[in-house]
Amino acid sequence: MSKGEPLRLHVPEPTGRPGCATDFSYLRLSPAGAVRRPDVDVAPMDTRDLAYSLISVIDAEGNAVGPWVPQIDIEVVRKGLRAMMKTRIFDSRMLMAQRQKKMSFYMQSLGEEAIGTAQALALNEDDMCFPTYRQQSILVVRDYPMVDMICQLMSNERDPLKGRQLPVMYSVKKAGFFSISGNLATQYIQAVGWGMASAIKGDTKIASAWIGDGATAEADFDTALTFAHVYRAPVILNVVNNQWAISTFQAIAGGEDTTFAARGVGCGIASLRVDGNDFLAVYAASCWAAERARRNLGPCLIEWVTYRAGPHSTSDDPSKYRPGDDWSHFPLGDPIARLKQYLIKAGAWSEQEHEETQKRLEAEVLAAQKEAEQYGTMASGHTFSPAEMFDGIYKDMPEHLRVQRQQLGI
Amino acid sequence: MAENIVKTSMTMIQALRSAMDVMMEKDDNVVVFGQDVGYFGGVFRCTEGLQKKYGKSRVFDTPISEGGIVGVAIGMGAYGLRPCIEIQFADYIYPAYDQIVSEAARLRYRSAGDFTAPITIRTPCGGGIYGGQTHSQSPEAVFAHVCGLRTVMPSNPYDAKGLLIASIENDDPVIFLEPKRLYNGPFDGHHDKPVVPWSQNPLGEVPEGYYTVPLDKAAVFRPGKQLTVLAYGTMVWVSEAAARETGIDAEIIDLRSLWPLDLDTILESVKKTGRCVVVHEATRTCGFGAELVSLVQEHCFYHLEAPIERVTGWDTPYPHAQEWAYFPGPARVGAAFKRAVEA
Repeated sequence: MSKGEPLRLHVPEPTGRPGCATDFSYLRLSPAGAVRRPDVDVAPMDTRDLAYSLISVIDAEGNAVGPWVPQIDIEVVRKGLRAMMKTRIFDSRMLMAQRQKKMSFYMQSLGEEAIGTAQALALNEDDMCFPTYRQQSILVVRDYPMVDMICQLMSNERDPLKGRQLPVMYSVKKAGFFSISGNLATQYIQAVGWGMASAIKGDTKIASAWIGDGATAEADFDTALTFAHVYRAPVILNVVNNQWAISTFQAIAGGEDTTFAARGVGCGIASLRVDGNDFLAVYAASCWAAERARRNLGPCLIEWVTYRAGPHSTSDDPSKYRPGDDWSHFPLGDPIARLKQYLIKAGAWSEQEHEETQKRLEAEVLAAQKEAEQYGTMASGHTFSPAEMFDGIYKDMPEHLRVQRQQLGI
Repeated sequence: MAENIVKTSMTMIQALRSAMDVMMEKDDNVVVFGQDVGYFGGVFRCTEGLQKKYGKSRVFDTPISEGGIVGVAIGMGAYGLRPCIEIQFADYIYPAYDQIVSEAARLRYRSAGDFTAPITIRTPCGGGIYGGQTHSQSPEAVFAHVCGLRTVMPSNPYDAKGLLIASIENDDPVIFLEPKRLYNGPFDGHHDKPVVPWSQNPLGEVPEGYYTVPLDKAAVFRPGKQLTVLAYGTMVWVSEAAARETGIDAEIIDLRSLWPLDLDTILESVKKTGRCVVVHEATRTCGFGAELVSLVQEHCFYHLEAPIERVTGWDTPYPHAQEWAYFPGPARVGAAFKRAVEA
């Protein structure tokens, strides 16, 4: 036995820090159109190559190429682009409103708009999504009224959640959007349970689970994969790898020299790794996974490779831990710009229509904000009555809560 | 009417199984799952025969993952099912604590009623069986502290079935703690004597069909005049032995529902007796007894004639060899009764 060198602890680091450029070669990219499209009944272990490559459809010139080009009505693509634009405009308006203290907190989804939008379009309206706090695009594309979203953000008198929840923690059952929790990853296993319930009842609905790269380190991530595999639950297990968990690079979550899609294969789940900034690829992969689930062929894990272009939240300053111009170097670009280029090339969009749409959506968001502000903002102090604080903890209010409410003098 | 009810002698195990059987028959949305719960029928036999009767899609085994068991139950509840799930030992519920506290308990509140978690989490608890550190714990206080949860613990087969049916039917999440020491017969702490089976106890007479024992309702287990005993689970039987052996006329209240609880029954008794002893197996500091002491002190201060006593497990992990020095048996409980009446 040789006398070894002293052991060294390995602590992963991102290549790019403030003042120096990120080397994105770690991303394991594949050219658009290069990755095969298996049948939906593929055996999970035969998706190994897919878990280590990247499915892309839209090439650098804006052409849709390869086996994953989806069967999609051009009107649906146009709807998708509008929803992505609307999400981004909404985010930027709400960011401003937070700076104006009309709400206490906000989280943008800048750069990740394609993923929620395209998957929601691939699902049925009654399929239940179990989102994180960064899938607002699902609500937008499902046409949930922006006024209601903003009322939640402003915790005002019309807040559907009665001022109980931090801004962005929406809950919209009728839009297939499960109540968001601050506790990371918890909803991932709940989504599997929802899918199992659908299977128990012989229903046809499927579940869509969402998690970020950082939160995959939570126990509920692994638990969800195990249960989804064991019971062949009809669920799409989405991992949005935006490279960052607040200040922490995805390598610290366990992404170094591997992929998150590979975790799925290891658990016996068919897995895909997809360009998250390519609307058509997101739609195609989501349709594939949805069909697999609907046909009782089991779950699918999809790692969406994207980039968190904005700050983690309004309480975060990314310039303290990553290069200021990082997004402009991200090889997969901007999902809106790429789809716009594709649609123009396909003759279904134009610069002029883009500009007009942008203006119209800005006006729509502004109008929604104005309407929502009539019901109060955090700054104006028009919020739900404190009496509401005691309600809804149990189905019926127990005596001790009735007493406490009286003690508050209301 | 009452004469027509068919009663059968049941152990607590059989009573719990009967409750699940009744509810699965009554409501297609009731599903039962957990570790070893399906084919094998549970390590304590509580789910024996249910899979055969209702099929694998309604009664099934799960991976060994407490967080997973509770997490999928919450998702199923959100869909519209009514899961009644099992955690093999209360000592192993902690990996599910995040799902219970952050999710099940808060879902109705945080979604303003948009989603609910009508789930029942059954879990065997308590000591007195040489279970050592991880087969003996009584973690009720960590659940009673969580707003949005209901915490329930029966002390006999009749209540076990009625409370479990009521819990499954309840739309709030329920932590249903089953004192495994009472599974086969009442236990008064006299470990040196043979166990008397439930078949020799009137509380082992259980109706075969549907009935409920209401939540939030305590039972006066033994009426008395000299002091009030607040107890639940195994300690109800230990307290009864202590009353018998000391000759003190104790009024023993079996809380049954720990939280929310039946404050009226407690206050009425303490105001009558002027003395109160709280008994639980769980460790003392910040145990559920502290809340009971506080409530009695707040509401009965001018009626109290003695300091409120607490007889509990020591502030130690549950030991193996020192089981009977740890377990609050009739001698320790009886000594507290004497202190309370002599003060």
